[in-house]
Amino acid sequence: MTVKLDIQLKRGGFHFDAQLSAPAGVTVIFGPSGSGKTTLLRAFAGLDPIEQGHVSIEGADMSGVPPHHRAVGYVFQEPRLLPHLTVMANLKFAQKMGRVGAGQSFNEVTDLLALRHLLERYPAALSGGEAQRVALGRALLSAPKCLCLDEPLSALDHGLKQRIFPYLERLRDQTKIPILYVTHDAAEMARLADHIVLMHAGRSVLSGPATEVLADPAAVPFLGVRAAGTVVAGRVMSPDPVTGLAVMGFDGGQLILPELAQPEGRKIRIRIAAQDIVLASEMPKGLSALNILEGVISDLHQGQGPGVMVQFKVGRTLFLARVTQYSAAQMGLVLGQRVFAIVKASAFDPAGIGT
Amino acid sequence: MSWLSLSPVEFQALTLSLWVAMVSVLVSLPFATAVAYILARRRFWGHGLLNALVHLPLVLPPVVTGYLLLMAFGRRGVFGPPLEALGLQLAFTSAGAALAAAVMAFPLIVRAIRLALEAVDPKLEEAASTLGASSVKVFIFVTLPLSLPGILAGAVVGFAKALGEFGATITFVSNIPGETQTIASAIYALLQVPGQEAAVGRMIGFSILLSFGALLLSEVLARRMVRR
Repeated sequence: MTVKLDIQLKRGGFHFDAQLSAPAGVTVIFGPSGSGKTTLLRAFAGLDPIEQGHVSIEGADMSGVPPHHRAVGYVFQEPRLLPHLTVMANLKFAQKMGRVGAGQSFNEVTDLLALRHLLERYPAALSGGEAQRVALGRALLSAPKCLCLDEPLSALDHGLKQRIFPYLERLRDQTKIPILYVTHDAAEMARLADHIVLMHAGRSVLSGPATEVLADPAAVPFLGVRAAGTVVAGRVMSPDPVTGLAVMGFDGGQLILPELAQPEGRKIRIRIAAQDIVLASEMPKGLSALNILEGVISDLHQGQGPGVMVQFKVGRTLFLARVTQYSAAQMGLVLGQRVFAIVKASAFDPAGIGT
Repeated sequence: MSWLSLSPVEFQALTLSLWVAMVSVLVSLPFATAVAYILARRRFWGHGLLNALVHLPLVLPPVVTGYLLLMAFGRRGVFGPPLEALGLQLAFTSAGAALAAAVMAFPLIVRAIRLALEAVDPKLEEAASTLGASSVKVFIFVTLPLSLPGILAGAVVGFAKALGEFGATITFVSNIPGETQTIASAIYALLQVPGQEAAVGRMIGFSILLSFGALLLSEVLARRMVRR
């Protein structure tokens, strides 16, 4: 299944022009506030009219179709549960409206999101995290051909977010429909994205598979320096025999992680921020850091600021490091050069490790 | 005859008042809901005009409203003869009394329902539309249940208003015992004759009791709505 969007809008002085194509899996739409992420999603779901362009789901044109016929499940920033209905009735609302079709069964969804014990309650008696899980379940049970999640975690505090992530990851792995996920949080993006669309000032400026976009130095200006960093996918290996610490193997090497709550053999992905990598031109000695990776510079990108983004390859895995222009000149960094990357332990936030 | 027992005329006035109030509320409720919905949710040319028109009976002297009803639905009025051909005579009948009461209660009912509809979060309606509900279904399954306490409160206030309607009723349908004589017009008739203090007292007692009860009920319903 694929969804395609090509939307042009004018709102006051704001020109909106975005294109995207989302296959099955999570497509994260990332950008700062006001870049048009929500506008894109609402236009796609038919909640706001579009001036030009079209929207298609599985090749069927949806442009003039009202929202209740689009089969787009939508989770808003706030849960928007119907207060006069129980959780059960909220979950079955779409079915009552005649929305039936292939999709997950009631039991599958309530198991996936752990909603069983909440069914008899009214929305007023739910916590923020529970309510958002119910909203997610309600959207899933509307037989959607595509799911739109508009910053679904933004109203939750850090702890609650961490508890919802595993549900979102399971959702991503178990459903076969495209999921459009809007966020301005780089960690959220790194953890969930299969594909990424970067939005800037009402335009879709860059898109592609998550690992490629995140490793593209040209994306850094749109991500922001702090959000720049790559996602490394790999598997949990047996613990390091010397230190007893957890090890993740990836295509090109290994990383030692200080803390890991995942079983051996499990596929995981971690985000390594560009600012957490230190580069050396020779094999460093006498360092406290456990992770030293040997790579080859594959791209150099000088931004407007004082920094240089260095993309390097370890095996077939891409990394990004941010160094100052001064350091880059001192080290004489050029394309094709061999470098050693020291990855700080602080790069591995246990909360940022996704599955 | 003890001072509490009702004379047949008084009993008739009481039951007729209840019937008139009930019918007028039931008939005006769907129209009031529709008008309230339009006023609450739609923006169009003539919005202010419609709003003013709906509220007119609230500020117009009731005798004027009654006279206008007579002009419209009287035996020589604009709509009188065609309605009579259909077997519906309104002037000087209890049905006419219900119409007069309905027109007078209409603005109050619309106001209450409009407030209730405006209190419904459009974001919930939007969410329902993404779940496959057409705008009609959104209204039936989301908007209506969420504003139900307000609609009921409007009905109760309208009922109380219809119960006490006097000016427009007496102008439009006169004061015929057993046909159009409500509590209010019965009290008026009794006051014209000396020595009817006991009967007047009884009718006033009933009047206060019914109105007070209705207001209490609408208060309870309104509070329920706020709690949501």
